[in-house]
Amino acid sequence: MSSRIEILNDGGFRSDGRKQYELRDITIDLSQQGTADGSAIITHGLTQVMVSVFGPREAKMRSQTLHDRAVLNVEINVAPFSTGDRRKRSRADRRILELAASIESTFEPVVQTSLYPRSQIDIYVQVLQQDGGLLQACINATTLALVTAGVPLLDFVCAVSGGVYSTQPLLDLTTLEENDLPNLTVAVMPRTQKVTLVTMETRLHVDRFRDIFELACQAGQTIHKEMKRAVKDRTVALVGAMDTGAKHSSVDPDAMMEDR
Amino acid sequence: MAEITIRKRPRTEAVVTQRKFFKKTARGKVIKVLRERYLRDDVACGIHSCGLCAHDADVLLPSSGSLEHASVKNGHFVLPDTNIFLSQMDLMESPLFSPPIILLQTVLEEVRHRSLPLYNRLKALVKADDKKIWIFYNEYRSETAVIREEGESPNDRNDRGIRKATAWYNNHMSLSRPPVRGQAQPPLPSVVLLTDDVANRQKGETDGLTCMSVRRYVEGMKESGQLLDLLSAAGSESIEPTRAASIRQALYPDYLPTATLQAGVKSGQLHQGHFNANQYNYLEGNVSVPAFEKPVLLIGREHMNRAVQGDIVAVEVFDEKDWKAPADEVVDQEATLKNDDAEDSEEEGGDDEALAERKVLQTELTKQLTSSKQPTGRVVGIIKRNWRSYVCHIDSTSLTSTNPTSLSQQTVFATPVSRLLPRIRLRTRQAPALIGQKILVTIDRWERTSRYPEGHFVRALGKVQSKEAEQESLLLEFDVPYRPFGKAILDCLPPEGDSWVVPPKASADPNWRDREDLRDMIICSIDPPGCQDIDDALHARRLPNGNIEAGVHIADVSHFVLPDTPMDNEAAARGTTVYLVDKRIDMLPALLGTNLCSLRPHVERLAFSVIWELSPAAEIVNVRFTKSVIASKSAFTYEEAQLRKDDPKQTDELTESIRLLNDLARKLRQGRMDAGALNLASPEVKIHLDSSESSDPIDVEQKEQRETNSLVEEFMLLANISVAGKIQETFPQTAVLRRHLPPPRTNFEKLQDILKKRRGMSLDVSSSGALAASLDECVDPTEPAFNTLVRIMATRCMLSAEYFCSGSVGRDTFGHYGLASPIYTHFTSPIRRYADVLAHRQLSAAIGYTPLHASLHSKSHVERVLEVVNKRHRMAQMASRASVEFYVGLALKARSEKETVIEDAFVIRTFRNGLGVFVSRLGLEGLVTFKREIQFDADNYTITIPSPSGDQDVAISVFDKIKVRVDVEQDKNTQRGRVVMSLSHPVDSRGM
Repeated sequence: MSSRIEILNDGGFRSDGRKQYELRDITIDLSQQGTADGSAIITHGLTQVMVSVFGPREAKMRSQTLHDRAVLNVEINVAPFSTGDRRKRSRADRRILELAASIESTFEPVVQTSLYPRSQIDIYVQVLQQDGGLLQACINATTLALVTAGVPLLDFVCAVSGGVYSTQPLLDLTTLEENDLPNLTVAVMPRTQKVTLVTMETRLHVDRFRDIFELACQAGQTIHKEMKRAVKDRTVALVGAMDTGAKHSSVDPDAMMEDR
Repeated sequence: MAEITIRKRPRTEAVVTQRKFFKKTARGKVIKVLRERYLRDDVACGIHSCGLCAHDADVLLPSSGSLEHASVKNGHFVLPDTNIFLSQMDLMESPLFSPPIILLQTVLEEVRHRSLPLYNRLKALVKADDKKIWIFYNEYRSETAVIREEGESPNDRNDRGIRKATAWYNNHMSLSRPPVRGQAQPPLPSVVLLTDDVANRQKGETDGLTCMSVRRYVEGMKESGQLLDLLSAAGSESIEPTRAASIRQALYPDYLPTATLQAGVKSGQLHQGHFNANQYNYLEGNVSVPAFEKPVLLIGREHMNRAVQGDIVAVEVFDEKDWKAPADEVVDQEATLKNDDAEDSEEEGGDDEALAERKVLQTELTKQLTSSKQPTGRVVGIIKRNWRSYVCHIDSTSLTSTNPTSLSQQTVFATPVSRLLPRIRLRTRQAPALIGQKILVTIDRWERTSRYPEGHFVRALGKVQSKEAEQESLLLEFDVPYRPFGKAILDCLPPEGDSWVVPPKASADPNWRDREDLRDMIICSIDPPGCQDIDDALHARRLPNGNIEAGVHIADVSHFVLPDTPMDNEAAARGTTVYLVDKRIDMLPALLGTNLCSLRPHVERLAFSVIWELSPAAEIVNVRFTKSVIASKSAFTYEEAQLRKDDPKQTDELTESIRLLNDLARKLRQGRMDAGALNLASPEVKIHLDSSESSDPIDVEQKEQRETNSLVEEFMLLANISVAGKIQETFPQTAVLRRHLPPPRTNFEKLQDILKKRRGMSLDVSSSGALAASLDECVDPTEPAFNTLVRIMATRCMLSAEYFCSGSVGRDTFGHYGLASPIYTHFTSPIRRYADVLAHRQLSAAIGYTPLHASLHSKSHVERVLEVVNKRHRMAQMASRASVEFYVGLALKARSEKETVIEDAFVIRTFRNGLGVFVSRLGLEGLVTFKREIQFDADNYTITIPSPSGDQDVAISVFDKIKVRVDVEQDKNTQRGRVVMSLSHPVDSRGM
């Protein structure tokens, strides 16, 4: 079936009409979800993930707390309707546990956990739709949710997936492409240019790695701009709401969030 | 680095940009799939100097279109519908068909979906230099993207998309060329929608588009006469409805629906396999299927049910009581169906010819043997057609009018050169002109109601018996790519061209990096006379410790042919150099093959060396592989090297090293033979050409084997085995290796039986060693050629060797049966074989000289390349054999004009009405047929001919030595020259 679809055709178009270096459409929704302290819904093309952050708060199980910093607890739930074939995944599914572990290790060095000793930050990930780049969407949504929750971070974490078709690098893969190509996911901290995560489950030729890795790091910057705009818009809206409620004052909304 | 952007897709347009569909998996599970697509405004239209689109490609369509059509005066572009490519590919490929073509993505994808071979041809066409084709990705352009509407079939949706794109182009051209004030508006070119779908045409016309059928379009072209013949019959349906089609009686049973076939094959009720026609009997074929040891026999036209050689068919096997034995009679299609009329198709079914056929079948049935029955069945459906273009002759008797100026449409028969194919019915206006020519014909369809497949004329190759036509037809018949190398490929050659030399030694020079300097070694090459592409050279010398150092130096082709370049892709597609008697079709451009890579004497050349330290008993002490620079000291022919070695007066270093090599080679060979290697024989002959220009053959002789041939062979085998071990060890998943599977035992049954009954000899086929030993014992002291004959026949029972990727088959099947080696590859002829180039790259990576290219890490890529190489290799062998056969025919013709040619021959097969004979001196296999009744004893492989004088009957059986008279006779109908043999001793069979 997939052999009848060209991943990258001679005209330089991918199967969904994008070119090599074009990312899928990103929409970000940072509105309040229930009782969560911070939440975000991010959509990369047809992949949609909702993340809710609770905390920092007291840990339910005292035994798991650390005396000098907060513990990150990531739980992932994949909706059975998120893929084409309806399949119920248990929460103990190995792939899901691994996904959770990589999210946890990605944010461990970014969240300033030492500010909250003996507490816990819960990150609940809901996968609503899947079409490739699941890890990338989870990480980006988690960043945004943490930001809206007001958890102090050292920097944004922006993730993007990349693959190689023959010798041509491609960015932001769909399921179709992910199944066909060697691919990796890279998460970068845009300000410091540091990389917090590189994962790869397929075999990629070592000569190609450099190209695609550098490209993915750059793409991280592009995603960062998009994420920052969303955060800024929401902050502006919040400040505006405060203003209408409070007395008439003229705070320049832009001064609230200075451009780094 | 390119700019990274986020493609925005408005959520409100989800109807257009998202597609939802259901898909059934192989397991039968239904899955809902959601796909999105991004519509854009920067998909270029491809028209030169278009003001609205940015183009970076260099191949563009001319801005005014084509001005050479009678009915569209203002210039036009052609936008063909899918059905044009599906049925009229030959027309599109013709160099005469040259208007600028806009190829829509919709069309491209539909072609890909319907037929991959056609899609590949289309892609080649797009890349061809002489065609102006622009692919317009209409599905990604926001204005031209269409979505399937409620109740619309996918086909209708595509048609609508095509019409929309046509309209868009017309609109786009008027927008991109706004009228300039004060100037007359230049006429706008239009886009002509070419389609054979009447409904599509009508809808297009109501939308105000210019639509035409292919026929109408071609009729308006300048070269319409020649192009009209290229039109496939499938396309003319709507224009000239076949008369009285419904009244015609069906000759063949209908095929089962595809779903039934698939289910049947899966459940084991039906069997799937390649259809093989029988070259001796056109009314018989067989299909090898995994479920049975013997192939499934198909007897008679109805049971073969329109299968053509090479098709993948599904067969139903009858109950065991209906099984039959293969016929033992020679049935010639032309003789039996001589009088069938090509035009008169209505009466097929009940006419004399069919009766004649039935009679032939019946006589066979009555004389059936009970012992040799095999599964018998019938074709119930075609899984996949493997039709291609066939080289044919027009059958002159099928013409109604031979008036050379007649331009009336005639239906004629084309007889394919290959005996495995049925005659093809074809309609043409130039029939009289085509008589006596070789022509290329494609099969279009084979209806139930028609005895013969219907096809169309593609092009003429030239006069029969002219060397050019014969040569080209040979190349076409065996699918050998023979076009000259294109510019992109030649651009990959070193820019210095002829004057390229190995640069002077310097550590900084990239050419010298990690290369060993072996220029002072006494290295020489030994090749056949006239060899230009010398890819191997040898050396040997004694080491102080008593051991011997021997080296094989192979042209370093991978230094020049870099992976993933046009030259590399072309070489991979060609797979091998093809040697015909009078022509060589190179795999690599001649500059590399015969100059820069060729290890010519007295010039410095880059090489890849395998150097062993061998003990005096020729055991390997040590082996190393290195890139090197060598300067061959001499290029010998086998004969020169032999003379030099045998001349005791010569004691120079070069001669000594040849002697040393020869010594080692003898021991290596002995070692191989002890390990059970086979010494096989094939009927190889050599053609003597008069001079290189005229290329008229004067004589045929059998190839001679000298000691030096085997010297070179032994060292090449040793090098190949050493390299195979090394690359397999380093790249266990993707090493390019070669193997020869042991033949199934049943292959030998017949030969064993013949040997036992006729000569009382036995053949032990339990292993290659046992076979080698028992072959050595099959000797007739009075007849030295007998042993060779048995070897030739044994060789035919074996499978052919093949290239494979080490990761794709089990480790236990790596072995090479014929060479009795556990592992083998091809490394020593990279100039003429592509597999060797791959082996070079892998070895180079294995010794850390270059990193391995990404493609060679991919198992699927290597498999794909090797599949092509295997096919090309097989075809190349057949092509060169056919070329030799053609020249043997020419030589015979020349000889038979002077004298009657009488040759010794061995009987290799017996038929009810003839003998299969093998003339070893000519390497020719032939058929002696008898018209008079003879007695046939199939169990003892003997025929008995009543003596003409009446005194004593003559018995002839397999392995008997007879004399045959060989004539070359020109077939009166097809002008085809063919070898006819008749018995001259023990009895004269002329008039029998």
